[in-house]
Amino acid sequence: MERVMQKCRKCGRETPEEVLKSNWWICPGCGGYFRMSARERIRLTIDEGSFRELDPAMIGGNPLDFPEYDAKLDGAREKSGERDAVVTGYGRINKRKCAFFVMDSGFMMGSMGTVVGEKITRVFEYATENGLPVVGFTCSGGARMQEGVLSLMQMAKISVACRWHSNAGLFYMVVLTDPTTGGVTASFAMEGDVIAAEPGALIGFAGQRVIEQTTGQTLPEGFQRAEFQLEHGFADLILGRKKMKETVARLIDLHTPREREADRKLPK
Amino acid sequence: MSAYDKVLSARAADRKQGTFYIEQIIDEFTELHGDRNFGDDGAIVGGVGFLDRRPVTVIAMNRGDTLEERMKRNFGCPSPEGYRKALRLMKQAEKFRRPVICFVGSPGAYCGITAEERGQGQAIAQNLWEMAALETPILTVVTGEGGSGGALALSVCDRMIMFENAVYSVVSPEGCATILWKDASKARDAAELLGLTSADLQRLGIADVVLEEGNKSPEQIAKELKKLLAATLKETDRIRISTLLAARYQRYRKIGDLWG
Repeated sequence: MERVMQKCRKCGRETPEEVLKSNWWICPGCGGYFRMSARERIRLTIDEGSFRELDPAMIGGNPLDFPEYDAKLDGAREKSGERDAVVTGYGRINKRKCAFFVMDSGFMMGSMGTVVGEKITRVFEYATENGLPVVGFTCSGGARMQEGVLSLMQMAKISVACRWHSNAGLFYMVVLTDPTTGGVTASFAMEGDVIAAEPGALIGFAGQRVIEQTTGQTLPEGFQRAEFQLEHGFADLILGRKKMKETVARLIDLHTPREREADRKLPK
Repeated sequence: MSAYDKVLSARAADRKQGTFYIEQIIDEFTELHGDRNFGDDGAIVGGVGFLDRRPVTVIAMNRGDTLEERMKRNFGCPSPEGYRKALRLMKQAEKFRRPVICFVGSPGAYCGITAEERGQGQAIAQNLWEMAALETPILTVVTGEGGSGGALALSVCDRMIMFENAVYSVVSPEGCATILWKDASKARDAAELLGLTSADLQRLGIADVVLEEGNKSPEQIAKELKKLLAATLKETDRIRISTLLAARYQRYRKIGDLWG
């Protein structure tokens, strides 16, 4: 079988995919993080055999009849093997039950349209009704332009569901991975009880080129990286992949109230 | 008018801003400054006043009218402290059981190094999250350009009134044209695609009422807006707060839900 090689974006070294798969998708040369698919993230995070997917068949259309969007969706589906840019479900992390979502940058840069908005909303609703914490991995270029104002409104939709989950006394932990920008940063990525960031991940609201073009300023080194967000007070911790499972599991334990409030409900 | 003509109308230099409508509609408006944390953002004006003798909290995006004022107000592009000031005033409104009226009209949240350092994304997210369960009615009036996440941060509401020639978009038509066709001059075509007009927003269940502008004077529009706001508040007054919040949940829940 032919060996598939992946090139590190930091040091340029090429590594066979199967080596990366058994090394948390970390470059053996420089320690830099590769982006990984949602399925790989799930394999590395959720206890084997415990994963149950929610809404696996949900598929979107082209609500505003945006030109070439159908073809773009088809291409992304073929390339990624996913129907859209997020996988949701429930399962166990080191034996702790949780609901979770994992965004996939391999699908149109993880952009958020109605399917992403609906699936993440549903996972918060599922968790609220079942008294579960939500663990989310963000990875997105922001709102999906081709769905216009409907994409923008997904920010509000998810935020409202996230708030009701919080009001039920339940824990939401979000892990910001490379890249997390735009409308995702300006909504559920920044709404966690605990906000962790993977080392070196690009995290910000405005795109770097946009900032340079509109202000004419040169961006400082490390601008909008995970470490920058930690320094400025917008991330609780930097969390490396090798410590991911145990840290998430410990934080779930620390946020489980001894007696759960009985008012887990959604508005009818 | 084409979609792009509406974009130009929403941006027009002489188009009246939220602060004009405050002057016309709100009695004894008292501006309250600052986010109690970092500073006071001129791109967002907030305060308290009376609408038909009833106390209300009013928050308005404002780009300014003269060049000097526009510089001071950063051309209507809010910084994180602007959103945090707005949130502070909303929490105050909640405590004193005053409704909140937001006027939206801004090209978008400020894109710059300082805004990123102070958490532009977090500031917007925090507003969405808090407004989702703010225990007082929120009415939003879109008067001009509703520019993406920066506008959304004042838009989570129970009722949205949108001016006929106002627009609301995920991305500027110029930005969209640049990304799609590497050509900002095709903004006119992009505007048609983005679903950004008041008619689009009403059709998609985002705007509740479209306020016709036609050839009316701004003063006439203000008069109609005042009536509409007063009537809307009368309606939301009759709703228990728990019911109002449940309805607010459903309002956003169903946007773009094509799966039932």
